[in-house]
Amino acid sequence: MEVLQYGFMQRALFASLLVGLVAPAVGIFLVQRRLSLLGDGLGHIALTGVAIGVLTSTAPVGAALVAAVLGAVLIELVRARGRTSGDVALAVLFYGGIAGGVVLLSLAPRGQATNLEAYLFGAITTTSGSDLAVFSVIALTVVVVVGLLGQRLYAVSDDEEYARAVGLPVLALNVVLAALVASTVVLSMRVVGLLLISALMIVPSAVAQLVARSFRQALYLACAIGLVVSVAGTTTSYYTGTPSGGTIVLLAIALFLVVAAAVALREATSRRRHHRRGDVHGAHPHEHGEGCGHRPVPHGDHVDYDHDGHLHAPHLTTSGVHYDEHGTEVPR
Amino acid sequence: MSDTPAVRLRDASIGYDDVPIVTSVDLTVQRGEAVAVLGSNGSGKTTLARGMLGLAPVLGGEVELLGAPVGRLRDRGRVGYVPQRHTVSGAVPATVREVVSVGRLARLGLFRRLRAADRVAVGEAVAAVGLADRMEEPVASLSGGQQRRVLVARALAAQPELLIMDEPTAGVDAASQEALAGVLARISAAGTTLLVVTHETGPLTGVLTRAVVVDQGGVRYDGPLAGAEEAAGHGHHHCDPGEEPSSPGYRLDQPTVTSRSARALGGGR
Repeated sequence: MEVLQYGFMQRALFASLLVGLVAPAVGIFLVQRRLSLLGDGLGHIALTGVAIGVLTSTAPVGAALVAAVLGAVLIELVRARGRTSGDVALAVLFYGGIAGGVVLLSLAPRGQATNLEAYLFGAITTTSGSDLAVFSVIALTVVVVVGLLGQRLYAVSDDEEYARAVGLPVLALNVVLAALVASTVVLSMRVVGLLLISALMIVPSAVAQLVARSFRQALYLACAIGLVVSVAGTTTSYYTGTPSGGTIVLLAIALFLVVAAAVALREATSRRRHHRRGDVHGAHPHEHGEGCGHRPVPHGDHVDYDHDGHLHAPHLTTSGVHYDEHGTEVPR
Repeated sequence: MSDTPAVRLRDASIGYDDVPIVTSVDLTVQRGEAVAVLGSNGSGKTTLARGMLGLAPVLGGEVELLGAPVGRLRDRGRVGYVPQRHTVSGAVPATVREVVSVGRLARLGLFRRLRAADRVAVGEAVAAVGLADRMEEPVASLSGGQQRRVLVARALAAQPELLIMDEPTAGVDAASQEALAGVLARISAAGTTLLVVTHETGPLTGVLTRAVVVDQGGVRYDGPLAGAEEAAGHGHHHCDPGEEPSSPGYRLDQPTVTSRSARALGGGR
């Protein structure tokens, strides 16, 4: 393949492979706990780290890593301490991060790589060999930690209160997750950029969530989707000359839209609809009986009521009449 | 060790943000007891349970579980908890097995993985609530009552010595209520201490033997379940005989004339 002939593209593809695999493995926990925008905020904070790295002439990747992880730990501590002021505190932290980054980068002496756009939206062809080494270590660390603590992270993301009640170290696990997110943000810096990284964490997980049956399945599927989208996006960007980050994210969103539409279509079919009892029963707030307008259908030991082409089986509970869905095959 | 009471509160005050909801409560529950914590909305019964679980701060006095202060118990997983939630579903789908396995994690420390014995315990817990055939199905595909039973199984998977449940029968269909009562009767017979926060004991009358009625943040009655109705009913209950619930047992959520809701501060928590 032509795309593999250039060293910069080999490095780019390897970086996008790492990012595509790792970002959803962390992002799925954020989706689970409905904190999808946390990655975005950490990207903002990482920019200050990048700027400090550029200013001090050390490796910006390393400085970004330190800043993002510190920011992540700070965020978790703010979240754990108070509920009311937490929201505002996070906003201040996020905007402070991006403002600090912009100002500090503008102070950098001339002749240095201070291309703001490259950090915000990714500049995959600037990936150096030493970057790749750092990225590999980060990716490996994230995968190992998720492998070791995945079930605990799931427990805390799923039901934080329960986890606290039974004595799991909730704060520690939250800090670990935040640090994982921060590391992933930095890992993704070259490929998709600090402003778009959240998308690569969240969108593949959102797609997997639509079709998976178990959390494990969703995790693997999200990683697979992330990998494919990331590598395909990078390759496409080479041929179309578009920025890799935007291309990857657009591809992921296109996939999300297609899958969401397909799932919606499937749910619109009758079989699916009848499992969603709440919607159906909200539509007819009356008790079925003689003369209620719905045709009675004998069914075993009880009578179902034909309701717009599906059967309702009333039975008494202590709280009143409850209806079970008894299938869609309405005998005529 | 095992002769210490399951629960012991001495002059305990529990609340949120330094505002006590429950004040100066003394309560001792011995091992193996099956206790109903009754009270109307806003009475403080849920706050009392949350204080025992370490979810609401203890503002004064002492709260000890299984002989250790709240949050200091060395062997986690000895206290089980069934929260007051109608459904389980998080944003990402999960199977019954995955949700119930979480209950087992509390016993395993930070890094240990589920072993064969743990998987057996998970399987037994799911079977106990009658959902063995639903093990690999997404929790979201189950009915509300079944999801509640999954949460019970999650608590049972840790094989707790003390099980604290918050409104386990609210909003659950009759079949699931019966199944739940059966499960609780069995684990109670096996020696597990039960503490059930509820506003109606109806479905669980056969299981729970002692009642603690909480009102305005204090304990107003503590004795046999059968006596709870008299203690709390007279002078406060003014509903017509026709309004009595169809199921036997005690309810405190009936409309009342007195302004007992003055304590709405802690409403529902």
